[in-house]
Amino acid sequence: MTTLAYTLSDSRVMLRRNLKHQLRYPSMTVMLVGLPVVLLLLFVYVFGGQLGAGLGAHLGRRAYLDYVVPGLMLITVASAVQGTSIMVAMDMTGGIIDRFRTMAIARGSVLTGHVLGSLIQTLAALAVLIGVAFGLGFRTTAGPLAWLATIGMLALFAFALIWLAVALGLAAKSVETASNTPMVLFLLVFLSSAFVRTQTMPGGLRQFAEYQPFTPVGDTVRGLLTNAAIGNHAIAAIAWSIGIALAAYFWAIRLYNRRRATQPS
Amino acid sequence: MTVQTSRPGIVARNVSKSFGSHLVLDKVDLTADEGAILALLGPNGAGKTTIVRILSTLIPADSGSMRIAGHDVVTDPDGVRALIGVTGQFSAVDNLLTGAENLRLMADLRHLGRDAGRRRVTELLEQFDLTDAGDQLLSTYSGGMRRRLDLAMTLVGEPRVIFLDEPTAGLDPRSRLTMWGIVRQLASAGVTVLLTTQQLDEADQLADRIAVLDQGRIVAEGTPAELKSRIPGGHVRLHFAGPDLLRLAAGLLPAAAPDQDQLVLQVPADGTVDSFRELLDELHGARIAVERVSIHTPDLDDVFLAVTGSHVTGRHVTGRPDGDATPQGAAQP
Repeated sequence: MTTLAYTLSDSRVMLRRNLKHQLRYPSMTVMLVGLPVVLLLLFVYVFGGQLGAGLGAHLGRRAYLDYVVPGLMLITVASAVQGTSIMVAMDMTGGIIDRFRTMAIARGSVLTGHVLGSLIQTLAALAVLIGVAFGLGFRTTAGPLAWLATIGMLALFAFALIWLAVALGLAAKSVETASNTPMVLFLLVFLSSAFVRTQTMPGGLRQFAEYQPFTPVGDTVRGLLTNAAIGNHAIAAIAWSIGIALAAYFWAIRLYNRRRATQPS
Repeated sequence: MTVQTSRPGIVARNVSKSFGSHLVLDKVDLTADEGAILALLGPNGAGKTTIVRILSTLIPADSGSMRIAGHDVVTDPDGVRALIGVTGQFSAVDNLLTGAENLRLMADLRHLGRDAGRRRVTELLEQFDLTDAGDQLLSTYSGGMRRRLDLAMTLVGEPRVIFLDEPTAGLDPRSRLTMWGIVRQLASAGVTVLLTTQQLDEADQLADRIAVLDQGRIVAEGTPAELKSRIPGGHVRLHFAGPDLLRLAAGLLPAAAPDQDQLVLQVPADGTVDSFRELLDELHGARIAVERVSIHTPDLDDVFLAVTGSHVTGRHVTGRPDGDATPQGAAQP
């Protein structure tokens, strides 16, 4: 086999291992998939009446459902990558990583396995969320092409945040830290256009919300699904995703390689 | 995997390593012939684990040269990794998988192929007495089972050189014997074994050569017989009811060392039944009543006393801020 074939084979083995982990650790998987669904119900049925009124006259809860679904897609991504961080930290603090390091396996395959495993988990969680949203009466104008673009956009953004989560998991000294740091991403979703229009926010906050990555990604998805204007949000969303992915990737690789040199015992 | 015989399994020359300002290994030399068992004997904090981590490509040395089965550790780490197996002190198993899945994972990462991998897994489960537990999650495994699985995982790729870092620490006596048997079997099949231990009897039982490591330096090296010839043969401790009896006994046995505070007389002994009987007969003949007797066989502490002139215990208290300060030698009467 060639080096490339080995790399692919090792990554596939690691991916299978991570998918198995998700099945064997169902409480976390269910939590990560369930949380966005619970928030969707909460936002539509508890807050939706009032928030929907803010979108314009006579629109109400139904309109808010259409508005908020893209926001909950972002929540789904943020929620899933928290699991990535935890899984990576669990691996790094456990003994098995040292065994992998003493084996002639493709260098990055451990991380690749985590990234691909999380991506699959995120897409599955998104599928569940979309299914529930339709059940609640979500309506979309999107055709197959727009859906494809939506999935592509979310997958690209998830890919970027998963690498960020991998780096955070590697940087964490313990599994507890690894489960806490990605909470910041959660907060960022709330400080974006995910749940309310940024125009309704006060000055400074509004500016922050408009210039952070979750807003352009959310607005792009919303535009694709509901015919709302996308403008240059799509370009910003893709630029953010690629930027985060690259920075997080190099950070993660550096942390992964450095860890071996500094472990005393 | 090709094996070039005539090559030594492990050669390390002048290996040094510091963590910050703390010198952990100081110009260490090690050699193990192919198919031989080399025991690295030393207390906690001596640098045993660090050597294993360096030779198994986990961490880089600051200086020195190392070859494993002919492959340079620094310039050809992947060549080394393809030939070695490592079982560390802490279990390196995947807790969310079953025993068989753990072995399968290793087989896949060693690129054994589907059928060969499956055969190897079945074979190892059987060899390590884990066939019944193979499909159970590791959370149901006992400590001994985990250790066996750990070693089985190390052996999946049929390594030419294996590193075992304190393989019997924490095992019950029976599992310890099983582990010894496995190590012997491996060596007789031509596998080079480097094992670390704190127990002289383990090194004695298993090793072809023993290297004694103390504060990052090799302080003695040789066959078990050579090393033991440098250790005094142990002693018998006689406990007396009163100082008068102790004084009488001390007069009778001039070679012995009396301890007035504990009312104990320490008599050098070679460990044979005849000499022990002679000693008791002599005391009996002189009508000196001995309250209690204990026999002390040589241990790590005796080795250290013999080769460095100081006890393991003493240096732990004064010189070693790190590591677990349980002196193995002193803890075993």
